[in-house]
Amino acid sequence: MSSQFSVVGSPVKNVQLLSHVTGATQYVDEISFPGMLWVKAVRSPVARGRIKKIDTSKAEKLPGVVRIITAKDVPNNIHVNMAGIGIGPPDEPVLPESEVNYKGEAICLVVAKDEETAAKGAQLVEVEIEELPPVLDMEEALKPGAPVITKWGINAFIYGSGMDGATRPGRPGRPFFLVKRGDVEAAFKRADYVVEGSYLIPPIEHAPIEPHVCVAKPEPGQRLTIYTTTQAPYFVRDNVATILKIPASNIRVVAPAVGGGFGGKVDPEFEMQVAVAAMCVGRPVKWRWTREEEFTVSTTRPAVKIEIQDALSSDGLILGRKARLLHDSGAYTRTSPYGVIKATVNLSGPYQIPNVYYEGYCVYTNRQPSSAMRGYGVFEVSYAVELQIERDARKLGIDSWEFRFKNAYKNGQVSATGRLIDDAYLIEVMKEAAALAGVSLPSHLLQMSSWG
Amino acid sequence: MRIRFKLDGQDVEVDVKHTDTLLKVLKDKIGVGSVNFGCGEGSCGACMVLINGRLRYSCLTLAGYVDGKEVTTVAGLARDGELSEIQKAFLENDAAQCGYCTPGMILTAKVLLEKNPTPSDEELFDALAGNLCRCTGYIPIINAIKSVAKR
Repeated sequence: MSSQFSVVGSPVKNVQLLSHVTGATQYVDEISFPGMLWVKAVRSPVARGRIKKIDTSKAEKLPGVVRIITAKDVPNNIHVNMAGIGIGPPDEPVLPESEVNYKGEAICLVVAKDEETAAKGAQLVEVEIEELPPVLDMEEALKPGAPVITKWGINAFIYGSGMDGATRPGRPGRPFFLVKRGDVEAAFKRADYVVEGSYLIPPIEHAPIEPHVCVAKPEPGQRLTIYTTTQAPYFVRDNVATILKIPASNIRVVAPAVGGGFGGKVDPEFEMQVAVAAMCVGRPVKWRWTREEEFTVSTTRPAVKIEIQDALSSDGLILGRKARLLHDSGAYTRTSPYGVIKATVNLSGPYQIPNVYYEGYCVYTNRQPSSAMRGYGVFEVSYAVELQIERDARKLGIDSWEFRFKNAYKNGQVSATGRLIDDAYLIEVMKEAAALAGVSLPSHLLQMSSWG
Repeated sequence: MRIRFKLDGQDVEVDVKHTDTLLKVLKDKIGVGSVNFGCGEGSCGACMVLINGRLRYSCLTLAGYVDGKEVTTVAGLARDGELSEIQKAFLENDAAQCGYCTPGMILTAKVLLEKNPTPSDEELFDALAGNLCRCTGYIPIINAIKSVAKR
C-alpha cells in the first residue's frame, strides 16, 4: 500500500497538536466582548403540556436582568433545521407558543448581566402548565388511540407524502420507509429454518467534554456574527437567517476549534435562540450549556428497536429477510427521517440477501429530540445485523466465519436497494481481521475472494 | 474582594465575589484559554490547575483560596519557549484529538511523574481516573506518559 500512495497509509499529524499541548487552542468559551450579556433558559418541567401562563414580572424586577425573551419575540418562530436540504418537516418552534413536547424544552430565555443573574432570573419566572399525558415508548406511540403529538395526526413520519420537502407533495405516502426486493414470502416458504431476533439500542449521549457554547454579536446594519461550537456552520447560518427573517449574507458564523462533537453539534440546537436574544437586546449575548443540559436537552443518538426474521437454507444461505425498525425521533423531526432511511437501506448489512422486506419507522415520542451520532443510522443496524448473523449460524450449527464468508456481498451482485455492487471487500477485510485476531481460517475460506 | 496571585508566573489582581469559583474567575473574568469548562462539578478534569504545585479542580476551588498563591496552567509549563518533557511526549505520541481535556491530562501526568517517576499501569490508570477524554484517545495519552517515565 505505502508504495502506491503517499498519503493513504501514512500517519498525519494533527495540525492543532502544538496549540493543544500548550493550552493555546481557542474554543468558543474564550470568546467574549465588552458589554456581553448571558442567557439561561426556563425549561419545561414536564414531558408534555399546554402552557397556560408565563409570568415574568418577578424575574424582570431582579437587578441585572435585562430582558426576557418569549415566543412573541421570535420573528419567524420555526426551527427549519435541515429542511433546506430535504430533511424536514420544520415542526419545532424556536420557543414554544402554547405547548411543550419534552422535558427540558426551553420555554423562554432570561438575558442578564452575568450567568448567575440569568440563572436566578430563570428561577423567578413562573410558568403555569397543564400537564398532558406523554407518549414515551415507541410501540405505545404507534398504537391506535395513543396521544398524538405531531401536527399530522400520527406519531410517525409519512414517507413519500412530500412532508419532508424533498419528495412531491400531495401523495398519501406510508408511515414507514419501505425497502423491498424479490419475493420474500416465497423465500420464507422455501426456508429450512426461520430465525428471529429483536434488538434494542438505548439512546446514547455524545457527551463531548466541551458543552454547547455560543456567542452572538449584533453588528451594524442588521448583521450578526455568531461564534459557536458547531460541526455545521451553514446549517446555523440558514436557520438563523430564516428565523430572524434577514438575508443569510448578513450572518457570519465563526466555528473555532470544537472540543468534541461526535455528531452532537451538527444540529443547530440553540444558536437561533442566542441570535434572537442578541438581536432583541442589541448587545453580544453568550450561552454556555451546563453538563446537565448536555445530558437532558441536547440531542442523543436515537433509541432504536430492530426486529429481524431470517429465512435460511440448510446449506447456509440467507434466502430472505424481513425486518421492522423503530427509530425514536423524540418530540421533533430534526434529522430523523434521514437517519431512518440510512438505517433501513442498511438492514442487509454487508450480506447478499436476494429477497427482503424492510419497514423503517421514524417515531415521535415526548423525549428530547434525537439526531446524528457517529455512523448515524448504520451503527444501530450493524449491531443488530451482526448479532442476528451469530444467531443464524448457531441455528444452522456452522461456524459464523463460514456463514459470513458464504453470504458476503460479492462484486457483480445487486444490493437490496438495486445498486450494482462494485466495491465489495468484505471477504478480504475478514481475512485480514482474522489474521490480526490470531484466528486461523480453513483453507477453503482463504481461497475465497470478493470477485467470483 | 480583591485577590492577588501568580498565574503562570505573572502577577494578577482581580475583584472576585466570595462565591466565585477559580474556574469562573480564570475563564470569565481574566479570559484564560488554557483551562476549560467541562462539567463544573469535579468529574471531567478539563479545568485542572496546579495551586502551589498541587493538582486541583478549578471548578471546585473558590477563587479567594488562591489569594497569595501560585496558580499554574498548562500554558505555564514551557520554559523560555521550550516545551516541558511531558508536553513534548504528548506531541510525539499524538496524545490529543480535540484537545479539550489535554491541559488537565498534562497537569495530571506531570504531578504523577513528580511523585512516582515509574508508575505501574494500575497507578497510571488510577492517576488519570479524574480526567475524562471523550474522543477516547486514552491509549496515546498513556503511551505519552509512559515514554516520559522510561527516560
